[in-house]
Amino acid sequence: MRTTVQVEYRSGLLTVRVGDEIELRGPIGGWFVWRSDQTEPIQLVAGGSGIVPLMAMIRSRLESQSNAQFQLLYSVREPAAAFYKDELEAISKRGDSLLLTYAFTRITPKGWPRPPGRIDAALVSVSVWPTDLAPTCYVCGPTSFVEHVNGLLIAAGMDRGKIRTERFGSTGERK
Amino acid sequence: MNANMSYLDGNAAGGELSRIFNVDLTAAEGQCVNCGTKGRFADAHLYVDCPGLVARCATCDHVLLRLVNTGERIFLDVRGMTYLTTRPVQS
Repeated sequence: MRTTVQVEYRSGLLTVRVGDEIELRGPIGGWFVWRSDQTEPIQLVAGGSGIVPLMAMIRSRLESQSNAQFQLLYSVREPAAAFYKDELEAISKRGDSLLLTYAFTRITPKGWPRPPGRIDAALVSVSVWPTDLAPTCYVCGPTSFVEHVNGLLIAAGMDRGKIRTERFGSTGERK
Repeated sequence: MNANMSYLDGNAAGGELSRIFNVDLTAAEGQCVNCGTKGRFADAHLYVDCPGLVARCATCDHVLLRLVNTGERIFLDVRGMTYLTTRPVQS
């Protein structure tokens, strides 16, 4: 089992020591999941640590040897804030496995073609599957991020019924 | 549409609902009593900064479900939905 813990939640976990017993429930919920019998193109959009459940889908795709086309648009503050950077890069370099685009909101790497900023309609038009491919979209991040991206996807003509969202709470939005 | 961004998705009620039902209701499809919109319960807006959980329709904001767990008892109010449909558990 792997866990990924965001800074805000760490304090609670720091009291756990090696050898302590912990109780886990789950997995719970069958909606925000990708199943290997889904053959349609998959569009993933992550904000910050919202990458975590989407990474599980990317790994699951590799393990199941599915041919579903995956594309990830990943928004992070700066290059150093990206989770799974090396793993994502390695996967995206394997031919058709995963198309990967970063959106840096505060600081970009040197020579990055796009100035720092939120995901916008122009980026969606080049980094999201065209609507005629009828992709299923999974969007995960803080509520304000999911709201923003959801709006862009719908404005781009995406079918509302094909957009699945996972918002996380106000702790993710504190400045 | 609620202007404050304090809500999550219906997905997030999965844990509490699993204490009552043995099917995954987050993937169930329901209809809002107020506006008639049909959708997955997972797509509802879920408010957790209140005593218990409140799910509201993503289209009209009408209250679909309220769930309170006092530790002693669980209270569930689903009168905001005309129906909820899901596949039976395979035995």
